[in-house]
Amino acid sequence: MGAYLKLDHIDKTFTRGSASTNVLKEVTLDIEKGEYVSIIGHSGCGKSTLLNIVAGLTGASAGGVILDGREVNSPGPDRAVVFQNHSLLPWLTVYENVRLAVDKVFSGTRSKAERHSWTLHNLDLVQMGHAKDKRPSEISGGMKQRVGIARALAMEPKVLLLDEPFGALDALTRAHLQDSVMQIHAALGNTILMITHDVDEAVLLSDRIVMMTNGPSARIGEVLEVKLARPRKRLDLVTNATYLKAREAVLKFLHERHRFVEAA
Amino acid sequence: MNMTVRKLHEGAPAAAAPAVPAAVVALPAPKRAPAGEKLLAYCKMVAANVIPPLLVILFLVALWEMLCSAPGASLPPPSAIIKNSWELIADPFYDRGGLDKGLFWHILASLQRVAVGYSLAAVVGVALGTLIGQSTWAMRGLDPLFQVLRTVPPLAWLPLSLAAFRDGQPAAVFVIFITAIWPIIINTAVGIRNIPQDYRNVAAVLRLNPIEFFLKIMIPAAAPYIFTGLRIGIGLSWLAIIAAEMLIGGVGIGFFIWDAWNSSLIGDIIVALIYVGIVGFVLDRIIAAVGAFVTRGTAAS
Ligand SMILES: Nc1ncnc2c1ncn2[C@@H]1O[C@H](COP(=O)(O)OP(=O)(O)OP(=O)(O)O)[C@@H](O)[C@H]1O
Ligand SMILES: [Mg+2]
Repeated sequence: MGAYLKLDHIDKTFTRGSASTNVLKEVTLDIEKGEYVSIIGHSGCGKSTLLNIVAGLTGASAGGVILDGREVNSPGPDRAVVFQNHSLLPWLTVYENVRLAVDKVFSGTRSKAERHSWTLHNLDLVQMGHAKDKRPSEISGGMKQRVGIARALAMEPKVLLLDEPFGALDALTRAHLQDSVMQIHAALGNTILMITHDVDEAVLLSDRIVMMTNGPSARIGEVLEVKLARPRKRLDLVTNATYLKAREAVLKFLHERHRFVEAA
Repeated sequence: MNMTVRKLHEGAPAAAAPAVPAAVVALPAPKRAPAGEKLLAYCKMVAANVIPPLLVILFLVALWEMLCSAPGASLPPPSAIIKNSWELIADPFYDRGGLDKGLFWHILASLQRVAVGYSLAAVVGVALGTLIGQSTWAMRGLDPLFQVLRTVPPLAWLPLSLAAFRDGQPAAVFVIFITAIWPIIINTAVGIRNIPQDYRNVAAVLRLNPIEFFLKIMIPAAAPYIFTGLRIGIGLSWLAIIAAEMLIGGVGIGFFIWDAWNSSLIGDIIVALIYVGIVGFVLDRIIAAVGAFVTRGTAAS
């Protein structure tokens, strides 16, 4: 018995014509069921590439991904992705966007009425039930991201993959969404792999923080376990010693690596 | 801790539902009073849009009347047209059998040809456009061919078409088809090629099958481009049918015009031209309206 989600010696090399870039090297990571893992690293180190490999949207050059005992190498609803730029379909309403996913995943197993109420249930989960008939162009960035999360949750994925889900949001909206994600994680116990640029976000949300070295040939530099009890409250943590230590560790890692690259 | 909770909850309604309280307070108060004013404003807007073109038309007609009233003028003035072609203007629906019909019947016959040829062009054009937009190989293979063929003038196809079909009716329909299809193919292909990778990723994660992907992602995502092509296509169809009908004969507005020329009924030609212009305009607007309706979400973002 291995881990629930296993990234096994993943290598990725992009080849364009005669030029080839080795982006990821020997990335190995085990994630337990229900765990919240963040990946942090400098821009361009290959975080999105890694997430896309797990999602099956990009193929690995070597190594593989094992989810719940099976190797996965093509995209599927068991690994739902929340994209950085929400990527809702603009010609569908909020409800229809989620419903499309629900219909696709549960068409064989649930009745029409069940799918309808499941769609509404997931919209309510992210507090977007009130805007269900609006189109993406009519709602704010934070709301779109909520709908993106609802769509992903509605697929009942084995793993939820978040690619900088709050990156494009203002600080207040971001904080509010982080709280929503924490609540959902507490309630449903999802296994979550999240990419972030934000040290505070990583420490606040994660059970473990995976810190990646700079590319090319990025590796996992360090893995930090965040031993903070849940539920976590943002303001309590400001003075919490464990929180501050974790934060310092991540900052130090990023800072030192960054300097290392500049010197090189 | 209490602070956190309160702060976030204050943040919530402000961020999530700013429209609700504002709408409830603001709307009912001013709603009733300006109902009449609203109508007035609407009338003013209509007047502002209708009066200028009306004045220009009146001026041009007057100018035309003046220029063509001189003895020996080669074209009739409007007053003479109204007098000589009054039956044509007043009753578009008369039908005395043969080719002696009101303009409505001629236009209808032309529109039927356009409807068949254009519908075929729309279906085949969107399908081919999708193919060359989606597949690099199909594009490399077909694009040069299309680029050459699309520059062939519509009427140049007619002799070939007549030879192939041995009948005027399908030949005219084919000319419409071959005229309208190029802008539809090319615009669809561009639209399909411009589908954001994000939408493709969503489709991949959902495991949409090719038919679902085509109907639920490709067509709506490319709809603004497709409708640009469709709109150009309908305009070209209408251009081509008039010319084609002049050559193939039979009932149809094109042959009507040709026939009027042969009978030296210049007034009839001018009346028919006005009809042709109006119908072309309406066709264009219909496609534009359908396009605006279908793409209402897509274009906004
Ligand atoms: N399709 C591709 N072809 C070639 N190179 C690519 C491709 N996709 C990504 N790369 C390269 O791989 C590297 C990692 O890209 P990636 O998007 O994974 O970085 P990232 O860590 O997600 O960055 P950011 O934090 O800015 O999102 C970059 O140097 C990028 O140029
Ligand atoms: Mg990225």
